[in-house]
Amino acid sequence: MLDVPDWPGHDAGQHVDVRLTAPDGYTAQRSYSIAGPADGDRIELTVQHVDDGEVSDYLTTVYAIGDPVEVRGPVGGWFVWRPEHTDPVFLVAGGSGIVPLMAMIRARAAADSKTPFRLLYSARSPSEIIFADELRRRARDDRGLDVTYLYTRSAPEDWPGRPHRISVADLNSAGWPADLRPACFVCGPTGFVETAADILVALGHEPRRVKTERFG
Amino acid sequence: MTEHLDGNDMAGALSEIFAVDVSAATAPCASCKRVNVVAELRVYGGPSAPGLVARCCGCDEVVLRLVCGPGAAWLDLRGTTALRIPLPPG
Repeated sequence: MLDVPDWPGHDAGQHVDVRLTAPDGYTAQRSYSIAGPADGDRIELTVQHVDDGEVSDYLTTVYAIGDPVEVRGPVGGWFVWRPEHTDPVFLVAGGSGIVPLMAMIRARAAADSKTPFRLLYSARSPSEIIFADELRRRARDDRGLDVTYLYTRSAPEDWPGRPHRISVADLNSAGWPADLRPACFVCGPTGFVETAADILVALGHEPRRVKTERFG
Repeated sequence: MTEHLDGNDMAGALSEIFAVDVSAATAPCASCKRVNVVAELRVYGGPSAPGLVARCCGCDEVVLRLVCGPGAAWLDLRGTTALRIPLPPG
């Protein structure tokens, strides 16, 4: 959570650039998606620790409550969902690519939107599901939100099938038919995003309705 | 070739140059004429690189280059014919 004075508000899916400056003047900058709707001047980021991650390592292990940090944003006007959009939505998340999509799910609930949402969330294992409790609760309570999980390394015992990477069948059964002209948002590592976006286009979705965001 | 990101990642740097969001603009490729959205361009050169190179999703030609130095930014747009920038209402 960051308090950003005079925060202008943002749309679900937008991100911020976080810049760290060392005492010797060295700077490092990374982009992080905003995880939920703005609460006044307060924004929520979700940062996944990466072992050799210059910035994420600092933010997840050294950075403490009250420490100042430089933020630029909100940025990005393409990979966004706004409550006035009423087309059905298909969210496809790979790993921490869930973060901007979670912002959309939360924005939908905050706006009391009836727009039908489906989420397909691919993770290595159940323990790597981010927002696991909240997603379980929302899948039960948020009407019109369907959540499907896909595991690539190890799956729970009651999960049908074997762990695998995202496939045509996963996207076909968890998503909307292309005829309904849903808005698709795909976020995750580059390889995951390219595979999923290519499959969606092959399933008949218009390329312009398949919006993508890749992260390193 | 190293793994690329996309034009969403350039939005922050571009926001320091333009008054409105340019990542949602279309940037037709000067080479193959594909109408790319800036956010979808394949972007090479991460935070530690001296600049960013954005390539066409269709033919992989360079569409735009951005280098931000101390005191100045260089934006090379010769790979696109015209940016069509959506303007906020009002």
